[in-house]
Amino acid sequence: MDLTDIYRAEYGRCVATLARLLGDINLAEEAVQDAFTTALQKWQTPPPNPGAWIVTTARNRAVDRLRRESTREARHAQALLLNQQDEPQEVGPVKDDQLRLIFTCCHPALAPDARTALTLRLLGGLEVPEIARAYLTSEATVAQRIVRAKKKIRDAGIPYRVPAEHELPDRLPPVLTVLYLMFNEGYTSTAGPLIDADLCTEAIRLARELAALMPDEPEVLGLLALLLLTEARRPARLDPTGKLVLLPDQDRSLWNRSLIAEGHDLVRRCLRRNRPGPYQIQAAISAVHTDGAATDWTQVLALYDQLLALTPTPIVALNRAVAVAEVHGPAVALAALADLDLPGYHRLPATRAELLVRLGRDAAARAAYDQAMALATNETERAFLHTRRAELTRTRRPS
Amino acid sequence: MRQYLLSVHVVEGAPAPTDEEMQTVFRETGRINDEMQAAGAWVFGGGLTSPDSATVVRIANGTATMSDGPFAETKEHIAGFWVIKCADLDQALAWAEKCAAACGPVEVRPFDDLSQA
Repeated sequence: MDLTDIYRAEYGRCVATLARLLGDINLAEEAVQDAFTTALQKWQTPPPNPGAWIVTTARNRAVDRLRRESTREARHAQALLLNQQDEPQEVGPVKDDQLRLIFTCCHPALAPDARTALTLRLLGGLEVPEIARAYLTSEATVAQRIVRAKKKIRDAGIPYRVPAEHELPDRLPPVLTVLYLMFNEGYTSTAGPLIDADLCTEAIRLARELAALMPDEPEVLGLLALLLLTEARRPARLDPTGKLVLLPDQDRSLWNRSLIAEGHDLVRRCLRRNRPGPYQIQAAISAVHTDGAATDWTQVLALYDQLLALTPTPIVALNRAVAVAEVHGPAVALAALADLDLPGYHRLPATRAELLVRLGRDAAARAAYDQAMALATNETERAFLHTRRAELTRTRRPS
Repeated sequence: MRQYLLSVHVVEGAPAPTDEEMQTVFRETGRINDEMQAAGAWVFGGGLTSPDSATVVRIANGTATMSDGPFAETKEHIAGFWVIKCADLDQALAWAEKCAAACGPVEVRPFDDLSQA
């Protein structure tokens, strides 16, 4: 494991712990970054527990830094550190610093977009360009959101703690959104390899923690089920040469049976509660995909109709169109895509291209593939689109 | 401890509350004041007369000039406010929730570091 991998794996954990120790997120980030800089200079080979090394070093660097400074935050942080020489006591029902930090980053007093950006940056360790892709927005916008959010946390005194029991229902939905986006970024990474397994694992780990904390919230169970059922299909998503394989062509024997069983069990628990929500419906769709030898598309479409009624977003409409194509044919699906507005998102022209191929409209399909390739940022996805376009040229030469 | 300004906002031209409604507002704000004082959160608070009773003072070339009416040319005005002290934003928001139930929309704004040292 090189320093980049360690940074990715440990950054969020270390920032979360330092934020608790210092009572200030900016100081925590600086201290952790200091520690990683020191690691870069000192490590010949990484120590057996790099996270612990980083936390200890960051704490020491923070103490040094605070002694030199005399701002209010510095005095406050110093006092906190002095009172926490021993292992600090745990507060609230959650023993995980990362969860505490998630609830702070997802505080309802912060703008919704800022919550997700901040959590992905601090806990997922994602860089600004990756967050911008997950949002379909510009890097400058994301950077500004993060700066403003951190400033508000400090200036307005947003506390660093897990909300009380009665506050959790209000505080939960933004946390679920964040975990969902974190998993998505891991599952279809902006650049480099298609799949960032660490990020997926981390999102699932946090979702499991949440499910343990809030077993009576069906949307928490729904989100966990959705992530597990998606994760279960990961081994079949790339062929041995690293090429993308679409769901209908995947080797189902490669799917992770135990994750599927766990996911299906969670979906059944949700159904029994009968309080449907967006994550539960998406989990149910995933459950249909992973049930039996082939997908029951009529059932999938019915679930997408329910989802679209609940959350009428262009992304849901796009995903629904894939099911429409299977049930009602590509022409109907293409018509359903006509009015969608998803600027900068390659999956809209990519889906359109697939439908045009099925309709035999090769020239239009090629143009749509070109559009999708221009927008796709991940090399594996771009290669996949390129192959599809090339196959089209080979099998049906333009007259 | 931190200090927060909780300001109550009204929109010009909105239907004026009836006497009965005003009595309810006074009763509720009185109860909130008592509760804030008992909790040690109350610093100051009060209702304001309408913005057309305001006067703006400016200094130009060393001389003070007065002008009639409010400073901000907006349709929204502060109708009253509290200054409270508490541990963090969550506590301030909990007070604001009670104030908003009694008086309508409440803006919660932290004082800067120098003001609460």
